[in-house]
Amino acid sequence: MSGRLLEVDELTVHHGQLCAVDHVSFAVDPGEVYAIIGANGAGKSTLLRAIVGVHPVTSGRIVLAGEDVTGIPARGRLSRGLALVPEGRRLFPSLSVEENLKVGTVRARPGPFDIARVYELFPWMLERRRQRAARLSGGEQQAVAIGRALVANPSVLLLDELSLGLAPVVVQRIYAILPELLASGVTVLLVEQDVSQALRVANRVHCLLEGRTTLEGSPAGLRRADIEAAYFGLRSSGGAGVPA
Amino acid sequence: MTWLNAILQGLLLGGFYALFACGLSLLFGVMGIINLAHGDFAVIAGYVAVVLVPSTGLPMVLGFLVVVPIFALGGYILQRTLFQSALRRGDPMTILLVTFGLSVITENALLQAFSANGQSLNIGSLIADSINPNRVVSISDISLVVLGVAVVLLAGLQLLLSRTSIGRMIRAVADDREAAELVGIDHRHVFGIAAAIALATVALAGLASGMITEFAPSSGTANLLFAFEAVVIGGIGSLWGTLAGGMVLGVAQQIGAQINPSYQILAGHVVFLAVLAVRSRGLFAVREAA
Amino acid sequence: MSAPGTLAPLPVLGAGGYRIRRSARRSSWLLGLGAGVLVLLAFMPALVSSGDTSLLVNVFILLTVSTMWNLLAGYAGLISIGQQAFIGLGAYAVVVAAIHGMEPFTVIPVSAVVCGVLAVPVAALVLRTRGGYFAIATWVVASTAQLVISSITSIGGGTGHPVPGLTSLSPTQFAHLTYWSALAVVVVALGATYLLLRSRLGLVLSAVRDDEDAARAAGTRVSLVRGAVFVVAAIGCGAAGAVLAVSQLQVQPASAFSVQWSAEIIFVSLIGGMGTIEGPILGTVIYFALQQNLAQHGAWYLIIVGAVAVGVAIWFPRGLWGTLARRLRVELFPVGYHVLGPPPQDSGSPT
Repeated sequence: MSGRLLEVDELTVHHGQLCAVDHVSFAVDPGEVYAIIGANGAGKSTLLRAIVGVHPVTSGRIVLAGEDVTGIPARGRLSRGLALVPEGRRLFPSLSVEENLKVGTVRARPGPFDIARVYELFPWMLERRRQRAARLSGGEQQAVAIGRALVANPSVLLLDELSLGLAPVVVQRIYAILPELLASGVTVLLVEQDVSQALRVANRVHCLLEGRTTLEGSPAGLRRADIEAAYFGLRSSGGAGVPA
Repeated sequence: MTWLNAILQGLLLGGFYALFACGLSLLFGVMGIINLAHGDFAVIAGYVAVVLVPSTGLPMVLGFLVVVPIFALGGYILQRTLFQSALRRGDPMTILLVTFGLSVITENALLQAFSANGQSLNIGSLIADSINPNRVVSISDISLVVLGVAVVLLAGLQLLLSRTSIGRMIRAVADDREAAELVGIDHRHVFGIAAAIALATVALAGLASGMITEFAPSSGTANLLFAFEAVVIGGIGSLWGTLAGGMVLGVAQQIGAQINPSYQILAGHVVFLAVLAVRSRGLFAVREAA
Repeated sequence: MSAPGTLAPLPVLGAGGYRIRRSARRSSWLLGLGAGVLVLLAFMPALVSSGDTSLLVNVFILLTVSTMWNLLAGYAGLISIGQQAFIGLGAYAVVVAAIHGMEPFTVIPVSAVVCGVLAVPVAALVLRTRGGYFAIATWVVASTAQLVISSITSIGGGTGHPVPGLTSLSPTQFAHLTYWSALAVVVVALGATYLLLRSRLGLVLSAVRDDEDAARAAGTRVSLVRGAVFVVAAIGCGAAGAVLAVSQLQVQPASAFSVQWSAEIIFVSLIGGMGTIEGPILGTVIYFALQQNLAQHGAWYLIIVGAVAVGVAIWFPRGLWGTLARRLRVELFPVGYHVLGPPPQDSGSPT
């Protein structure tokens, strides 16, 4: 067993007849922030959903801490340490903030996070814990969604498009808790359409284009032009200079 | 005074309809199942009591101790097998056809086994006794008991849904099945439990029906329609709304009957259609999340 | 901002070698076969006994109402449990007209129109609801119609009323006229459904069924479209009810407005396959085949019907015709479009 926490090996996933993820491989080390970037429809969300087990895998393997979890249902993967904050938050709208968090503890592992700790991370939640989730703003909902995943005490937290539909200042506030999560021993695998955001927080980035890997590396070692080329599928790096 | 009596009788009848409707409301609210066999399930409960309770030596009025657990278990199994395979198709027509088929099967199997004759559950003096504050108003003990059972049941369900872990899970699954899967809830198990609760309540409704009046293999359909009306008038997703809906329907029917005995059911329908025209989501519907 | 060589060309309809064709293969000779069947059916009274033609009358009535239900549920996404409202009203329209001295057979189209008119306010009410609510609302409407009709003593109240004006015909004349009326109604119902679905409205219906919001955004007046379909379905059911009244020589509210109609309709449509014109035809044939062979077993026959419904729902969710048509690629009534792409140029690209 190597030091890898999560290994994705030659993973292929179909969305209906469309091949959404095509033989993608990567590995996430403990304690790092690993970012998957790519344009709309590149297969990023499908990849995350397949990793946590809510989307069927066509071929390939998902290995968590040395254990092959490919055949294990979503709740089994959750209790082994894989938790997803889904795209669009997906809170339970008729449940209160606190109830959303409580539901998150159904398969909780022992660990540093509980509901009280989530209230420490997001102090506003304590006062508004009885409010129905549907009444919250987008950024607040995103915070509750993160809290709901955290109380399961995942070893790898998967974040799908945190910034979607949120104002930049709200996005900054959400991302500001990342260091604290890392300090608590959580490893983060995130998907972002906003490349600059991903480059700011990630140790390594992995670019997908139409389901295939086009680039992988650390932000420091990558040229902006190469990232653009990988992102848009341009062959030469002398592209049109699209702001990323 | 006769009108007051009609209203009182209507409220009591509403308790019975609510008892009938809360399982229906639960199945629809949580799984999206329109259970066309709901009325027939209640009739089965009556026959199960007729067949099984005498052999246990319990008085019939305690028949629910035998029938309700059987129904709860049956509900769980039904959900995990037949209903789950139907829901997996993702088309509301599939589950509609399955419950429709079950309704036809049930009705005719009961006909084959017990003939078309009416049956009732003998509960001794409770059926005959009544409270008579004056010469016109007469409240039968059994209908008061049924209303009491309905209120206790609804309060219990309300507590279960709002205060317990399984209740939270039921609501979570009803809100968003996939998000529930993401937090580790097995929605099939939760659906099974919701169906077990629904079938337990329908067993109670069937027993109540057998104690208040007669039942026959074909009597499920009429009760089903009234229960649906109660659910829609009250608004889906609101348990107390179901009780209120049942009472609105019951009072309308009794007042209609007071005008002319043949207007009983018609008056209920008219109120139902009026509610649709004014507030198509029901009088007491929980407001949808914006 | 184009990225040459990375994106497959979009399938522009009518360009780049794509063609749109209406009918699937083999449709034309099947249509010829259908015409032959129609001619054969028209001459049926000369070939078979009157018992058999009266059975066929029942087949046609059920097929008509199922086709109408299928138009509502399979194409407009409206699941009704209350089409018996219009069957009963159509039947009673004949009774009322005949009481006033009109010739029952000629009144059949009038009854259909009457039902269409009555359906307008009903549509305005029930179309405020969706899904399960709609189903229950239509059921209540049907029950209300039954109770109202039953309370009118001049047309027989709860016990029903005979259809006057039919005694002047000989039994053979009566049987033949009834048969041809039923045949005419079912042919018109099927033909009208076919033409309706091939029209612009048909396209709009598919759009509404598949994605209501998108259709609305594209400028479709969804409620108007649904209302139109509801009225058409009421007209068809009214015509079927009128034929029913004539063929039975009398009308009883409890049977004309029976929810049993909905049970049969749902069975027939779903067994055959919703959303296809052929489905209810196959479903009706199966239903009557079961009935003819098993009816003597009483309750067991209906137990089998129920079990078939459950089995088909779970194992053949597209219905028997839907499953068959996919396997064999056959359409008797081609209402869809088929896009025929150019021959594949690079075998690697996903489709």
